[in-house]
Amino acid sequence: MEYFIQQLINGISVGSIYALIALGYTMVYGIIKLINFAHGDVFMVGSFIGLYSAKYLANAGLPPIVVLLLSLMISMTISALLGISIERLAYKPLRKSTRIAALITAIGVSFLLEYTGVLILGPQAKGFPDIMDKKQYHLFGSSIQVESNQIMILLTTIILMLVLQYIVRYTRTGKAMRAVSFDVEAARLMGINVDRTISATFAIGSALAAAAGVIFGMTYNSVDPLMGVMPGLKAFVAAVLGGIGSIPGALVGGLLLGTVETEISSLGFSSWRDGVAFAVLILILIFKPSGLFGKNVREKV
Amino acid sequence: MKKINKKFWLGIVIALAFYGIVKVLLTTGILSDVNQSMLLLIGVNIMLAVSLNLITGITGQFSIGHAGFMSVGAYTSAILTLDYNVPFIPAILAGGLLAAVFGVLIGMPTLRLNGDYLAIATLGFGEIIRIIMLNTEYVGGASGLSGIPAKTTWTMLFFFTLLSVVLINNFIRSTHGRACIAIRENEIAAEAMGINTTRYKIIAFTIGALFAGMAGGLSAHTFYVITPGSFNFLKSFEIIVMVVLGGLGSTAGSIVGAVFVTLLYTYLREFPEWRMIIYSIVLILMMIFRPSGLLGVSKFSFFKFSKKEAKANDAIESSGTP
Repeated sequence: MEYFIQQLINGISVGSIYALIALGYTMVYGIIKLINFAHGDVFMVGSFIGLYSAKYLANAGLPPIVVLLLSLMISMTISALLGISIERLAYKPLRKSTRIAALITAIGVSFLLEYTGVLILGPQAKGFPDIMDKKQYHLFGSSIQVESNQIMILLTTIILMLVLQYIVRYTRTGKAMRAVSFDVEAARLMGINVDRTISATFAIGSALAAAAGVIFGMTYNSVDPLMGVMPGLKAFVAAVLGGIGSIPGALVGGLLLGTVETEISSLGFSSWRDGVAFAVLILILIFKPSGLFGKNVREKV
Repeated sequence: MKKINKKFWLGIVIALAFYGIVKVLLTTGILSDVNQSMLLLIGVNIMLAVSLNLITGITGQFSIGHAGFMSVGAYTSAILTLDYNVPFIPAILAGGLLAAVFGVLIGMPTLRLNGDYLAIATLGFGEIIRIIMLNTEYVGGASGLSGIPAKTTWTMLFFFTLLSVVLINNFIRSTHGRACIAIRENEIAAEAMGINTTRYKIIAFTIGALFAGMAGGLSAHTFYVITPGSFNFLKSFEIIVMVVLGGLGSTAGSIVGAVFVTLLYTYLREFPEWRMIIYSIVLILMMIFRPSGLLGVSKFSFFKFSKKEAKANDAIESSGTP
C-alpha cells in the first residue's frame, strides 16, 4: 500500500508536467481547432532558456529561490513571444485553408525548432543545474518519501492553474478567448479582435509549456533538443483523454496519464509504458468518444 | 467505355515503357546501385502514399498510423522468408493480408470517432504496434530483424507498385469509391442517402492497410534490416506529408508527392546538419503558398472518363477537402 502511494506521488509529479503542456494544446485546439505539434518543442525551448538563465543567475550569486522564480519568468516570457511569432508567421497565413495543411505546417515548425536546436546546441544532452537543494521528507513518519522538488512542482502547477483559471474566467482576454472558441464569426461581429485573442492564447499556452520545461529540467537534470517529442505527444494524449478544449480535462488527463505510467513502470513494465498510455487513451475514446470532459456535440446537417 | 479502355491501356503502356527503359539502364549499369536503391525507395513510398490517400484523401478519415500497418507487413514477410523459407511473392502477400486484418481490427472500434479523435487513436495504435514489436524477443526486440534476403528487385517493385496504383485508382473510380468520396464530403448526408458509412470506412482502412503492408514487406526485403524505430509516428507523418504535398485526394498527386519527398530526403542527405531544417522550411513554405498541394485535385488523365465528367469530378473534389 505504501509502495502504491509512493508511486502515486511520483505519478502526480510527472502528471503535472504533462498537465501543464496539455493546457497549451487544449487552449489552442479550443480556439483554432489546430493540433499544434510544435507545442512540445516550445516546451524544449523553454527548458533550455531556463537552463541558461538559471546558470547565469546562479553565477551572479542570487539566492536559489530568486534564481528559480526569475528563470521561470524569463523562460515563460521568451517562450510566450516565440509562441506568438510562430502563430503569426506560420499559422496565420493558413487560417482559411484546410486543417490538414495547417497540421503539416505545425509538423514543419516542430522539425524546424528541433533541428535548429540540434544545429545550435548540438545533439548531446546537457545537464540542468540544481537550482534548489533537494530535500527528502517522510510523510507522517511512514516510509513514503516526498522530495522537495515534487512539492515545488505541484505548487507551481497549482499556482499556474489558478492564474490560468482566473485569466480565463474573469479577465477581458479570457472572456474574448471563450467567445472566440465558441463561435469565431459571432465573436468578430461582437467587436472582439480575434487575431489578438488567438495571439494571447498562444502566448499563455507557450508560457505554460515553458514553465513545464523548466520543471522538467529540474526533475530529470538532463535536457536535449529532441526531448520535446515524447512529452509533447503524451501531453497531447492527455489533452484528448480529458476532452480536448477543456481546461479541467487537461489537468485530469495529465495527472491520470502520469499516474498510470508511473504505476506501470513500478510494476516492472517500463518498456510497455508508452504503449499502455496509448491503450488507455483508445479505451477511453471508445467508451467516451470525446474524452472524459469533452462535450459530445451532435453534428447537424 | 471504349474511351476508358483506350486511356487505361495507354497509361499501362507508358508505365511499362518506363519500366523497360529503367530496366535497360540498370542492366547496362548506367544507373548506379545508389540510384537503384533510390528507385526502390520511391516505389515503396508511392505505394504508401497512394494507399494512405485512399483513407485520408478519398474517404476523409485522418489516420496517423500508417507506419503501423507498414511494420506489420514488413515483420510478417521478413519472418516468413527468414524462418520459414516462404518464397518472396507469397511472403509479401501474406504481409499485406495480415496488415489488412489489422486494418479491420483497428477500423472496427475506432471509426465511430471523428476527425482529430480518430487521428490520435490511429497514432496510438501505430505506437502500440511499434511497442509490441519492441518488446517481443522473437522479432528481435529493439535491434530488430537483420539479414533479410534482399529480394526486392526493380521488376518486383515495379509490378507491385503498378498493381497497387491501378487497383486503388480503379476502386476510387468505382461505385464504392464514389461512396467513400460521399462520406468525405458529408458523412451525415451520405448516410441519409443510404450509404453504409461504417462499412465503407472499414473497406477503405482495410485496402489502405493491405497495400501499406505490402509496401512494408517490399521495403524490408530492400534494406536487409528492420527495426521498430523505423516505423514510428514520424514515418507516418512522412507519408501524410507526401499525400498532402502532392494534393489530397489525387492519386497522381500522391505519386508526385512521394517522388518529391523521397528525392528531397535523399539529396538533402549530403547536408546532414541542415537536412531537417531545409526539409521543414520547404514544408512550411509549401503549405503557406500552395496549401492544396503540388497537383491540387487533378488526376491521372489516363483514367479520366470523359472531359465533361472529369470537370464535374474536379468541381466536387475541390469544393471541400477535409
